[in-house]
Amino acid sequence: MKTAIIVFPGTNRERDMILALRRVTQEPPRLIWHHETELGKVDLVVLPGGFSYGDYLRCGAMAAHSPIMGAVRDFAAQGGHILGICNGFQILTETRLLPGALLQNAHLRFLSQDCHLRVETQDSPFTCRWKKGDVFRTPLAHGDGHFTADAQTLERLEAEGRVAFRYVDATGRAFDSDPQCNPNGSLNSIAGVLSDNRRICGMMPHPENLVDPLMGGVDGLPLFEGVVEAIVR
Amino acid sequence: MTVTESLARELGLTAEEYGRVLSIMGRTPSLTELGIFSAMWSEHCSYKSSRKWLRQLPTTAPWVVHGPGENAGVVDIGHGYVAIFKIESHNHPSFIEPYQGAATGVGGILRDIFAMGARPIANLNALRFGAPENPMTRRIIDGVVRGIGGYGNCVGVPTVGGEINFHQAYDTNPLVNAMTVGLARKDKVFLSAAVGVGNPVVYVGSRTGRDGIHGATMSSAEFDKEALSKRPTVQVGDPFIEKLLIEACLELMATDAILSIQDMGAAGLTSSAVEMASKGGVGITLDLDAVPQRETGMSAYEMMLSESQERMLMVLRPDRTDIARQIFEKWELDCAIIGHLTETGHLIVKHRGVVEADIPLTPLVDQAPVYDRPFVPQPPAAPLGKVYAPLSLDDMLLRLLESPDLCSRAWVWNQYDSTVGGQTVFRPGMADAAVVRVEETSIGLALTTDCTPRYCQANARVGAAQAVAETWRNITATGARPLAITDNLNFGNPEKPEVMGQIVGAIEGMAEACKALDFPVVSGNVSLYNETRHADGSTRAILPTPVIGGLGLLEDIHCAVGLGLHEGEDLVLIGATQGVLGQSLWLREILGQEEGDPPCIDWHAERRNGDFVRKSIQSGDITACHDISDGGILVAVAEMIMASGVGCELESPDSGIRPEAFWFGEDQSRYLVCTENGAYLCEQAAQADVPARIIGKTGGHALIFPSGVTISITRLKSAHMSFFPALMAG
Repeated sequence: MKTAIIVFPGTNRERDMILALRRVTQEPPRLIWHHETELGKVDLVVLPGGFSYGDYLRCGAMAAHSPIMGAVRDFAAQGGHILGICNGFQILTETRLLPGALLQNAHLRFLSQDCHLRVETQDSPFTCRWKKGDVFRTPLAHGDGHFTADAQTLERLEAEGRVAFRYVDATGRAFDSDPQCNPNGSLNSIAGVLSDNRRICGMMPHPENLVDPLMGGVDGLPLFEGVVEAIVR
Repeated sequence: MTVTESLARELGLTAEEYGRVLSIMGRTPSLTELGIFSAMWSEHCSYKSSRKWLRQLPTTAPWVVHGPGENAGVVDIGHGYVAIFKIESHNHPSFIEPYQGAATGVGGILRDIFAMGARPIANLNALRFGAPENPMTRRIIDGVVRGIGGYGNCVGVPTVGGEINFHQAYDTNPLVNAMTVGLARKDKVFLSAAVGVGNPVVYVGSRTGRDGIHGATMSSAEFDKEALSKRPTVQVGDPFIEKLLIEACLELMATDAILSIQDMGAAGLTSSAVEMASKGGVGITLDLDAVPQRETGMSAYEMMLSESQERMLMVLRPDRTDIARQIFEKWELDCAIIGHLTETGHLIVKHRGVVEADIPLTPLVDQAPVYDRPFVPQPPAAPLGKVYAPLSLDDMLLRLLESPDLCSRAWVWNQYDSTVGGQTVFRPGMADAAVVRVEETSIGLALTTDCTPRYCQANARVGAAQAVAETWRNITATGARPLAITDNLNFGNPEKPEVMGQIVGAIEGMAEACKALDFPVVSGNVSLYNETRHADGSTRAILPTPVIGGLGLLEDIHCAVGLGLHEGEDLVLIGATQGVLGQSLWLREILGQEEGDPPCIDWHAERRNGDFVRKSIQSGDITACHDISDGGILVAVAEMIMASGVGCELESPDSGIRPEAFWFGEDQSRYLVCTENGAYLCEQAAQADVPARIIGKTGGHALIFPSGVTISITRLKSAHMSFFPALMAG
């Protein structure tokens, strides 16, 4: 399976993503500089975390207009698999490949901590290795992770089962207004969403930082295993 | 502007120093020349008050590749790798403008590390704030924490550790010391000495503006009521540009283009050009018209002294300048040839066709003033009389856990990205030292910063030695072998004999500890004049704060242990306990006294206990370890419980020592360890002549005292977690 990681000026979690992808695929991921205009033959495109363009203007807004994003859009239109994490998620909403937007965290401070996520659907390459309702731990690290969308969009996301992950407490219960459960104040405690063809996933937390016992656990690994399984099959 | 002695004094030179400038130059210097002398001879750049004493610090060991004198210290960690690290202060700017002061402190130390060819892999810090009751403290904490996070998070270097103390002596002079650790191949370390007459001198990074002019001079004087009007001397950072600069420099370093490189830190272009040329024994000519500029109409003086951030100076192979240009274009950074190396031995600065400065480098550097300042030995601390516990053990423990110096720092470290890079094994709060893996190997680095200023205030010699020992212990407690330290000496005005006495004592104490523990100093920074002058003319110095940043090596990272207790094991106390309460946190927080001698260290016991603990961790006999420091045994037990959520039932000590002295005394060279077989470990310890005894059994959801009194983990945590959120709320 061929994977590619897009690198923008200011991207800083591409090395973490390489570690995660190398655990599930034989071929090392290709790093594609944002100035390029073609992806080449690739099965999965990853937009990693970081501060593309220093988060100036608005997180992800400038990266959404980088030369490579034309090719990423075409790849999406052809049904390609795309994973956007943290800044990658912000870029995917700025390009409208995913709905909604990410605002500053509810209490206006950068947050770096572990959180618990509940898997809300099994029906996607990114979540197929879990069962609906499974709860796993993963780190998060962002200043702008408060997911928001208009009421109609939210309703549609929920109705179509396109909420991939929700912030919950360790026992799996969601409390939107409790910062212990929903650390950034996201609407409906949404941590990750899917595109309507379910092949594009964006999420704020970092499952790629929990794929090795030395990192403190392998709770994030099923996401990457699932994508490989879905694509290779 | 005509240059006169009074102008020289305004720029921080003494009359005598100005006389020396005149004799070196043989004429009245130009304004630019005077500015260069003033910056290079500032305390910040010349270490003129401390240099004489710093010489006694041990700086070598078989594993030390480069000691002090380079941008940072370099130690061999095996597998073809070196670790490169240094700590540096940004105290004065962080009071004037907390966010930018702290942010650019992080940016500056990062550049020292990647200038040597290392990818930065971890940031740490050591912070000192004023009394929590002072309303200014809150504003400063908020800015400093946001600044450290804002910079470190954006450049993608994890902030993995640090320490914080509060004391009113830091009310108007907070301390922000930032440390960076980087990783390089041993055969790809870059140095700053300029190489090759005729070779091009290349400027890369951000454009030069008027920010930070004379920052180095500002940091070399005490504050007065005008301090806050000094904002223009504070630099403004851009971590996004720094990230690009890191990647561009590392990409260029993978080629053979760079001959020498140095970051433009304090005193900007002046210090980088002077240091590179003088170390290389060559002259250097700069053409300021070629310097990328952010503002128009800048003078030579302004450009030479600007401390604009995110800039590097390098000497390139003449046939490789195109490669450099291509790489910097890719990263959208400025890159310009601004001069060349010469045989003249002079620094020559040209601007708009005029020679603005022409200074012989050798005397500029070699004749920099070195002072043997008068000092008086520190008076002994007020003796500690008889003290009695006014509360029950459990109440006193809870009081300590919620006190500013012992409470949870989670509120702070939760704002720092500690996992970016994917190599962090122990994040803040998980172990006595942060542990970071060396990618693609089984080795790891244990990293920590330490200092106990209240000990230093009572006895700087003992306190500074203790800071080194505490660093050594924190590294040991993860199972790592301590390799080397970097030091950040923060003191008041060295022109006062009593402050100078603290400096002399602290350096002597450090030297003693470093020698006893085979723990050399490989880099460091001195920050003096941390004093505030009040309207009535009186001044107040900070507590002497010699911060130690330590680095240790884990040969097998899988053996590293954290501090959280494991269920169903024995808790063993390693080391001898006499119940020393002098200068303890118990004394200060429970009785409100700051008295007595700080605890002394027996170096033989220190090494023996530490070596035993390390060996037992490496052989798998110890599952968790925590050194005993602030707050003594009982606080250490509580911290181990809270780290993993596993409780502990304590045994009666039967030590003949009063309970408060046994449980809260701060005797040195001690550890608490968790082990499956306490009897076996005690037997091993006895063979090694190490005092050890079982003091508890782990398990359950509470801390149970020998008396049967119980505190639930939830209660411990709520006391521990309350301070920061309450202080910073609303």
